[in-house]
Amino acid sequence: MAIHEKSLIDDDRLLTHDSLVVDGVDVSGHWNTMIAPRTLTDYDDQFEKTIQAYAGGENVHRCWQCGSCTNSCSVYALNTDFNPRYWIYLTRLGLKDEIIKDKEIIWQCVSCNKCTNICPKDVKPEGVMKALSHWMEHEGITEEKPSTTFDHVFWEQIEDRGRIEDTHVLMEFFKKTKQSLFQGWVIEFAKRLMKHLPVKMGINSGLNMVFKPKTKSWGRTGDVLKQYVQEQKEAAHG
Amino acid sequence: MAKVAYYPGCALEGTGGPYDRSTRALVKKLGLEMEDVSDWNCCGAMEVKNVHPMLQTYLSSRVMAIAAEQQGFDTVMAPCNGCYHNLKKAEYETATSEETMNTVQDLAKKSDDPVYKGDVRTVHLLEWLMEELGSEGIKDRMNKSLNGIKIANYYGCMYTRPRQIFPEKDQGEGSESSYKPHFMDDLLGAAGAENVDFPLKTACCGGAHTLSDADTSTQLVLNLLQAAEDAGAEVIATECPTCHTGLEMHQVRAETEFGIQTGVKVLYFTQLLGLALGLSPRKLGIHENVSDSMGLLKERGVA
Repeated sequence: MAIHEKSLIDDDRLLTHDSLVVDGVDVSGHWNTMIAPRTLTDYDDQFEKTIQAYAGGENVHRCWQCGSCTNSCSVYALNTDFNPRYWIYLTRLGLKDEIIKDKEIIWQCVSCNKCTNICPKDVKPEGVMKALSHWMEHEGITEEKPSTTFDHVFWEQIEDRGRIEDTHVLMEFFKKTKQSLFQGWVIEFAKRLMKHLPVKMGINSGLNMVFKPKTKSWGRTGDVLKQYVQEQKEAAHG
Repeated sequence: MAKVAYYPGCALEGTGGPYDRSTRALVKKLGLEMEDVSDWNCCGAMEVKNVHPMLQTYLSSRVMAIAAEQQGFDTVMAPCNGCYHNLKKAEYETATSEETMNTVQDLAKKSDDPVYKGDVRTVHLLEWLMEELGSEGIKDRMNKSLNGIKIANYYGCMYTRPRQIFPEKDQGEGSESSYKPHFMDDLLGAAGAENVDFPLKTACCGGAHTLSDADTSTQLVLNLLQAAEDAGAEVIATECPTCHTGLEMHQVRAETEFGIQTGVKVLYFTQLLGLALGLSPRKLGIHENVSDSMGLLKERGVA
């Protein structure tokens, strides 16, 4: 099961010959792709299992490399380095170092589910992207990404009160990622929001931020769920 | 007509406030009946799934259990695509995996929460309106017309994907299509709008990373805004608070950070339908939108 995509080959392994004739055919220069051979020994044959233990990665073994996921991907359309099929392939081969080369972009999956919708083998590629991102954070290969920070801010509020208050989530997120609330576009957005906003609505959203919405019957639900997640994570990753 | 349990969700309590107000005003005006899910909790959104998927399944099933066990409803109606998606997913996962159902019921017992039994279904506001009234029913109740205002109907990701969790879609005539959804087109068309041929009905707005990966979201939103304008749309109609806010936010961001201007307006489909039924813009929360559509609506004689 091999992938032959020129974009996936490191530049230093692409061979160019100033003058080369093979069987009477002139193949000088770069007109065809010749690749320096290599032998890989640094694969982890348990890696597929590792990823399967992360939520979302359970079905990664089912992939038959049709490429529907990458073909339909919203992020691939913006950046061709974002290639779910390739990462699934590497996962199955256990080539961790190759995956880690893309550690700064894998987390950018927008969960639009086009891949999971179209996948003929129910691999759930969207889940695999999450599993890979969480593996890298868990192993300390990357620092926590902004989207994970956002997830945690969000979950902490639910764990506490059963609901979120979205302005509060936003403020906490800006604070934790050390971003200023006074960026040009945020100010402009607020200005336009205030332009026609009825006074009553402005007051209501202010009150919402102070007296945060709460699910009254939340009781111990938050604690029970917290404990469940902890147990599950321990069982999966030790 | 069947009364349903209304699940607004967190977004409609906050930034999606205009969607909540226009939904309530619209439902009342149409003579339909609904009652809030009492003391509901968050559905788990996308963020909680990333912490652990079972959290999302449990939170969503807890909402359905309250509606069914404590209030006696057999249908939950959610206008938010995120809530709708998560409740449908919980419905699907508990129905197809005994293990999941057992875990959900165990967690409920441990928490002293109502226990989900799988005997309640979730519908989107669009589906409920089509089920109860259909486009003919809307035509009968119209006081005004949308006067041929050109609309690009934007359904987003969560309403149709992955199709496995929506078994009632793609069932032939009268059902919604997961590939080419049309319920919003049907309803707004009946209200006198001209639906443009919009190729990105189910494309992604980048809502998952609206803030955490703002540049990606701005690019995805610009695709939508520009494609809608190219198709001749004056308005993009939305059915999801995350999409709606994302479109508004990144329309502004594209302008201020990248100098890319787009003029297409963003309105909830409930606001547009409400206008056609003769409700006032203020009642429909149109003044609370960031996208300033009042000029256009007045000029076209619909507000």
